[in-house]
Amino acid sequence: MQKGILDSHTIRDDFPILKRKIGGKNNFVYLDNAATTQKPLAVINSITNYYTNMNSNIHRAVYEVAEESTRAYERTREMVARFINAKHVEEIIFTRNTTESINLLSYSWGRKNIKAGDKILITELEHHSNIVPWQVLAKETNSKLCYLNINDEGYLNLDNFFHELEGGGIRLISISHMSNVLGTIVPIKTIIRAAHEKGIPVIVDGAQSVPHMPVDVQDLDCDFLAFSAHKMLGPTGVGVLYGKRELIERMDPFMGGGDMIKEVFKNYTHYNDIPYKFEAGTPNIADVVGFGVAIEYLENIGMEAVRQHEIDLTEYALELLTSIPQLKIYGPLVAIDRGGVISFNIGDIHPHDLATIMNDHGIAIRSGHHCAQVLMERLSVSATSRASFYIYNTKDDIDQLINVLDEARRIFRL
Amino acid sequence: MSDDIYREIILDHYRNPRNKGKLAIADVSVHDSNPLCGDEIDMHLKIDSNTIQDVKFEGRGCAISQASASMLTEMVMGKDLEFIKELKKEDILENIGLTNLGPARIKCALLSLKVLKVGMIKYYTDKDPVSAEKIKGESQIY
Repeated sequence: MQKGILDSHTIRDDFPILKRKIGGKNNFVYLDNAATTQKPLAVINSITNYYTNMNSNIHRAVYEVAEESTRAYERTREMVARFINAKHVEEIIFTRNTTESINLLSYSWGRKNIKAGDKILITELEHHSNIVPWQVLAKETNSKLCYLNINDEGYLNLDNFFHELEGGGIRLISISHMSNVLGTIVPIKTIIRAAHEKGIPVIVDGAQSVPHMPVDVQDLDCDFLAFSAHKMLGPTGVGVLYGKRELIERMDPFMGGGDMIKEVFKNYTHYNDIPYKFEAGTPNIADVVGFGVAIEYLENIGMEAVRQHEIDLTEYALELLTSIPQLKIYGPLVAIDRGGVISFNIGDIHPHDLATIMNDHGIAIRSGHHCAQVLMERLSVSATSRASFYIYNTKDDIDQLINVLDEARRIFRL
Repeated sequence: MSDDIYREIILDHYRNPRNKGKLAIADVSVHDSNPLCGDEIDMHLKIDSNTIQDVKFEGRGCAISQASASMLTEMVMGKDLEFIKELKKEDILENIGLTNLGPARIKCALLSLKVLKVGMIKYYTDKDPVSAEKIKGESQIY
């Protein structure tokens, strides 16, 4: 494959599920990639292979099979570190998902560092997983949760950010890198640089960005980064928390139990070194191993090529969608400012009704509030339809989406 | 298949809902929503002599949930409470002509029935706890 160019037609052959039929006859057009992505055969096979040939618990036993499984598990950690360009491999903590990564931070970093009266700054773009943990923490510590607002085009209001920053009192910023609804890519580097000048740490919710574009934690200089394997070709049940070594070293454990200890006495425990201190209990070994294969798959394509492919698809989709009468697109209309996630509404057709009509034609789109009700309120809607793309999507998929939008207009007599 | 769901009558009730609004004085008001898709229904009931004297609903959501609510208000207007106690899921689905819905969309169609049943439970809780428990047990809404 030529570096920088991605051939989605060839890639499709690696994804068995894309060959199935919907309703017994329609091709499966999968446009719900912001929720989760499909898995290539190599990932699926790696999980079977793990249970067939390598299954054993890690980090303790000394027999051959256990050493192999430990190596396979730790190999994924090394690959993740390389993938996001972490300085040290021990800065990579495995969790269940992005949500757990953020909860870990709110528990272990937040409870130690957030005091009454402090401000925790997030944005109107956040997913519930980057809102609710902070609401819980704010209530417990009597701190205040503050929101940066967005403008009507779905861009983050940077003036508002600098104003908040000058206002003082901010102890933590936690911010989505890419909106799961509007696709907006946030100027995260600018935010981090300005925050650091005031000594404020920044958590980046990378659930939507890490799978779709190159993300370099040293370049961004973020303090923490959270993301999920299942949104980037990997299995469900594996999340990542990256944290700068000096920060996670000073954090207390999230959960207590096996594997996170060095020595346990009746009344106290010496905790294990990072990252193991934060990985209590038997982890999801097989799926972490599968995640390594997913990363390998993405590295072979190259993240620059992934990003370019999605810009191309988004540009194409935006152009066709804007020509449909009574269709409203939410978020930036410039493809390079956003990811391949497009939210829209058409006439008075409710998103759930549209999704039902789409399903009749084999097309999977998402409808609802997308776990972002604060943003829905800002947009003055209760729900939107959302199409989101990945490496195996083609312009044909978008053509089909557009055709069925016409069909929906006919059914609803728009 | 979508043509079978979104028939003229469903679109008509969606766009021109019957009995939409509030009641000046209601004996029971109940709100519920469907967390899956965010459909919302409020139902207001005026009850006298064991009969639904008046019913109004407010709501927002998909065509199925809103048309179903509108058609349910027409179905129960003026009926005695025994009729409402006996109402089953199947009656609603037949009434709106949607007997083929999948598990996700069926919740949209039945949200208004759920709200009505909870309204009945609320109404009976003080007056007749035995009936309230009975409706709770039989209403298949939890």
